[in-house]
Amino acid sequence: MIQLLWLIPALPLAGFVILALGGARLSRRAAAWIGVGSVGISALLTLALAVAFLRGLPAIPAHIRQVWTWFDVAGLNIGVSFYLDALALTMMAVITGVGFLIHLYSVGYMAHDDGFSRFFAYMNLFVGAMLILVMADNLMLLYLGWEGVGACSYLLIGFWYRDPANGYAARKAFVVTRVGDTAMAVALFLLFDRLGSLQIQELMQRAGAQWGVGTILPTVVALLLLGGAVGKSAQLPLQTWLPDAMAGPTPVSALIHAATMVTAGFYLIARTHLIFELSPLAMSIVAIVGAATLLLAGFSGLCQTDIKRVLAYSTVSQIGYMFLALGVGAWAAATFHFMIHAFFKALLFLAAGAVIHALSGEQDLFKMGGLRRELPLVYLVFLAGAASLSAIPLVTAGFYSKDMIIWEVFASNRGGTLLWAAALAGALLTSIYTFRMFFLCFEGPLRTPVAHKPGWNMSLPLAVLAVLSLVAGFLEIPHSFGGGVQIFSHFIQSALPATQLLPARESNEILCQLASAAAALGGLGLVWWLMLRSPQAGAALTRQPLAMKLSRFWLNGWGFDWLYGLLFERPYIFLAQINRADIVDGCFTLLARFGLALNALAGAAQTGRVRTYAAGLTVGAAAIIAWVVWL
Amino acid sequence: MVTIPFSHGLLLAAALFLLGVICVLTRRNIIFMLLGLEIMLNAAGLAFVVAGARWGQPDGQIMFLIVLAMAAAEVSVGLALVLEWYHRMHSLDVDQASRLRG
Repeated sequence: MIQLLWLIPALPLAGFVILALGGARLSRRAAAWIGVGSVGISALLTLALAVAFLRGLPAIPAHIRQVWTWFDVAGLNIGVSFYLDALALTMMAVITGVGFLIHLYSVGYMAHDDGFSRFFAYMNLFVGAMLILVMADNLMLLYLGWEGVGACSYLLIGFWYRDPANGYAARKAFVVTRVGDTAMAVALFLLFDRLGSLQIQELMQRAGAQWGVGTILPTVVALLLLGGAVGKSAQLPLQTWLPDAMAGPTPVSALIHAATMVTAGFYLIARTHLIFELSPLAMSIVAIVGAATLLLAGFSGLCQTDIKRVLAYSTVSQIGYMFLALGVGAWAAATFHFMIHAFFKALLFLAAGAVIHALSGEQDLFKMGGLRRELPLVYLVFLAGAASLSAIPLVTAGFYSKDMIIWEVFASNRGGTLLWAAALAGALLTSIYTFRMFFLCFEGPLRTPVAHKPGWNMSLPLAVLAVLSLVAGFLEIPHSFGGGVQIFSHFIQSALPATQLLPARESNEILCQLASAAAALGGLGLVWWLMLRSPQAGAALTRQPLAMKLSRFWLNGWGFDWLYGLLFERPYIFLAQINRADIVDGCFTLLARFGLALNALAGAAQTGRVRTYAAGLTVGAAAIIAWVVWL
Repeated sequence: MVTIPFSHGLLLAAALFLLGVICVLTRRNIIFMLLGLEIMLNAAGLAFVVAGARWGQPDGQIMFLIVLAMAAAEVSVGLALVLEWYHRMHSLDVDQASRLRG
């Protein structure tokens, strides 16, 4: 079974090639079968592979399969080789499984779009590139996948390219992530220069053997890798591209900008966790970046009016939780939250897509409302997703994953009370913005008539993801609940180390859980009271001058776009305007002028009169003879 | 028999050559330019004959015959070109033909 590993990324890539070459010649039916089928078969293969892998545990924690040599130059041998361990398998399962559901949903969502086969070609290419990213055995191949998903993200954000705003959003996403990618490339150069390899496992071994804990090199490398990760995962300070990336079709937001690509940063850090563990400073920075991002994005999410932008900020915020968990060494908790987040966030995006589809493209929350009776299925699944995102206790998967993070942030030897307080405040914010969105969308009077109801191919993925968002959490039930269940963390600990908990804090687990449950329920209660129970109080609150100012500030994402415009865009445009005449090009123009002057000089000798030429010949001949005779 | 000194013969050839050159350079009529060229060729031929007499060799006279044959060939081509050219330009003035001015 393990021999068929290469087929998993190869199938979506083959689907991409067929769809790209076939283009508009393929019928919609054929394009849908190829696009969805290739990812579906990959998902089935991943399932079979998971069974084979689990049989091998714990004796064989990892498999390596070399497919062929990519290049072999001057001692640098890069193979197209795949590495399969628990972390990669989790990622693959989410990418192919959730990816398949989203592809299926897209058949309904994109049914009337002109670029139907182009859409599936890009989506298949994305799935292939993302699988290469998570399965890569060396950092070079990982970087190939990394750039591949970046390119697909660009193509899909700007999918409706006729609107210049979409093209602008696509370019913004591309350029901002490029800043991080450059840092990551520098990290790769540094690693190869210092450790002489790009093979991930070999690198980790050599780093552990050659570098001491807390020395400068691992810190620099870890921070550069973190630069790549914050770019891809839209964390502070490179988070500005993700809300604008919502210009793409909604299934793209669900697949790329919620479930998979934006978690590539988390994957990179988890994959190179040994380097991060060598640098306590870098670990603290990861945790602080995560905590700051989850709070900033949470506040921004409170004030958005576009349903997809609320979800975008919530994605940034939830990835902030993953980074916070990584930073305190809670590797299993971060991975678990990644998986659960992929389920419920894909569900929320797809459900939001169903709402947008039903309202003929309306994305403004204040023009929605009263959809509970119109779209009962969407209402139910949206409720499941929202509850999971807000971590409503006991019944949702989001509770188990988020609670695991909050608890381990509190109890880990790298954690702290301040980080824990940030995580808890984030949980409250999450609950508030989620249910604000939910109530605006589904309660109150109907404001826009419903045009389309979702078909079976849109409803089925919603139902499956809703079930997963509720029950997937039972893979991991905390110790305090009568011993609990630790299926997931045992599985992931074959690849990632266990969290180091402080013994003094371990007894407080139940208190910590009560606090996070109170935060989630408190947020829900607050929104319910302000929006449904006594709307006058809510309206009075929003009319406060301070609240209005804050709301405008948070709506624009804490003014980061303004700041970057001031710091980078305006000076760049200024310099570009100075250099409008192209100073460097002036040197070459000068050379051309010199050539032209010589031409004019030589041209003047050509009078066109045969007697002048004869005179020239005579004088020349006489001069040569004189020279020969007298000199 | 009075022999003409070598240097006199060469001076005569040089004077002829110079007259030919002046004719080519100053005349605007293309027929006269061709005549100037013939004079230059004959000057060169005379120099060959004088040199042959100086060294007592027949080669100089053989070279003169070659120059003569070449001049005949050249003038036939040249006159054919002049005819064709005259049909186009309706003039014998060479300065009219200056379309290749740079």
